[in-house]
Amino acid sequence: MYQFLKNLSTNQQIAALFVTVFGCLAVASLVLFLLRLRLDHRNDHDSVYAVRHRADLNNAEGVLNTSWLMTGVFWLAWMAGTGVAVVLFGLVSFFCLREFISISPTRRADHRSLILVFFIMLPLQYVLVAYERFDLFSVLIPVYVFLAIPVASVLANDPHGFLERNAKLQWGIMVCVYGMSHVPALLLLKFPKYNHKGAFLIFFLVLVVQMAMLTQHLVSRKLRLRPSLPSISQSFNWRSWWIGVVVGSSIGGLLAGITPFVPGQAFAMACVACVAGSLGHLVMKALKRDRGVPIWREENGSVRLAAITGAGGLLYRVDALCFAAPIFFHSVRWYFDLPR
Amino acid sequence: MLANIFSTLLLGLIRLLTGAQARWYGCPPKAEQRIYFANHQSNADLVMIWAALPSELRSVTRAAAAKDYWTKTPLRQWITTKVFNVVYVVRDRSEAADPLIPLVQALESGDSIIIFPEGMRGQQQDPLPFKSGLYNLAVKFPQVVLIPTWIHNIQRVMPKGEYVPVPVLCSVTFGAPIQLEDGEDRRAFLDRARLAVMALRDV
Repeated sequence: MYQFLKNLSTNQQIAALFVTVFGCLAVASLVLFLLRLRLDHRNDHDSVYAVRHRADLNNAEGVLNTSWLMTGVFWLAWMAGTGVAVVLFGLVSFFCLREFISISPTRRADHRSLILVFFIMLPLQYVLVAYERFDLFSVLIPVYVFLAIPVASVLANDPHGFLERNAKLQWGIMVCVYGMSHVPALLLLKFPKYNHKGAFLIFFLVLVVQMAMLTQHLVSRKLRLRPSLPSISQSFNWRSWWIGVVVGSSIGGLLAGITPFVPGQAFAMACVACVAGSLGHLVMKALKRDRGVPIWREENGSVRLAAITGAGGLLYRVDALCFAAPIFFHSVRWYFDLPR
Repeated sequence: MLANIFSTLLLGLIRLLTGAQARWYGCPPKAEQRIYFANHQSNADLVMIWAALPSELRSVTRAAAAKDYWTKTPLRQWITTKVFNVVYVVRDRSEAADPLIPLVQALESGDSIIIFPEGMRGQQQDPLPFKSGLYNLAVKFPQVVLIPTWIHNIQRVMPKGEYVPVPVLCSVTFGAPIQLEDGEDRRAFLDRARLAVMALRDV
């Protein structure tokens, strides 16, 4: 089996990967459908068990739908080539940033800075990815935009809440644009003897981070652990976090075959990505709490925001990836001393 | 033809920038004759409701638009007549004619209308007190359903005096219909209507 896969061309290997993933998703959707059918046939519609079970199913369906969407996007990106992949991730960035800005109130004076961020810096960052200008790509936002935003803001002649307003914008662009743009950048990393297989690297990153998040979520739900940081998250617990990171990293180690890493390196890189992703997700939760938004989409009390965002809380689904991607990208480049 | 192409493009652009989400909170999107009355914070308000309505309703729903602003240039006039199919209303009362006449004509011909009873764009958190046009129309057309409407966030997309819109998610919330009670006083009705619109802010 392994020999057979190894002898396939890169494209065939990637195709096989997509077939496998779509297959798994189809099975998961079928199982979920059957579970829902069984629940609907029970007679105790309002019992505590049924209500809790239904909530679990809804939750699982949300995760599954995101997975379908993400896999679909990746598949399209791979089919259409690197250029289209960059555009697709650019659009995801755009929608995330739109969501981020919608929940952070801006003032009239921020208008020019917002135009700068959305219509100049965001496209520019992705153009730099497409043209593989990694030197400028890594510093454009932390160095140049870091100054450009407050300058655009100060020219609007409004000192009210100046630091806070600019900090919000800078956070938004760091997470939604800088972080997200490192995902397609993985496509273009050049490892010796590992050409045009960047798609595997993206798959590796997304899978380990999502698995760590999922495990963490399921463990804390099943064991009903007490939240470690109750003011920030009702579900975060150090024990479930730890288990999630170990599971994610182990899956990474097992997937070493599709990456340029040996198993030990794959485990370590996956670990870095999982820690960064899960803690980043926690940081975003704190940000939401600060804005008075309890939870982006899932539970009651947030109906209003879910309704306003419309997009259905895209940022909530991808924020872990936004934090994991740049750290993963730069760790890999630094460790393997890759050429620019 | 040109108007159709333009309106498709414009709808795409508005959805990309704002999401243009319609929330039918107190009433379903239904093809009955209605008066939608909404808060007014930006000239883009009518564009926002136009984009949020489903296409079947869009063709029979006409927004009231200030004549002086929307007919100032040929482009504005073309968009408002050919694409949005608005009803022009005169804002200042210097002309002797009743400013409601065009709206009355639209209602008589069976269309639904969208009005902004504040009369001008509000800059404060709360809407300004409503003008009496809404009351007069409600008296004249008792069979038409009155729908309170809240437009959220649009003023952040394009504040007064700016030309380039920025992407911010916006929504239009349609509330439960209200009725003019028997013998209800003009001011009492207008205040109740204003509160019905403001109540949608927090749902």
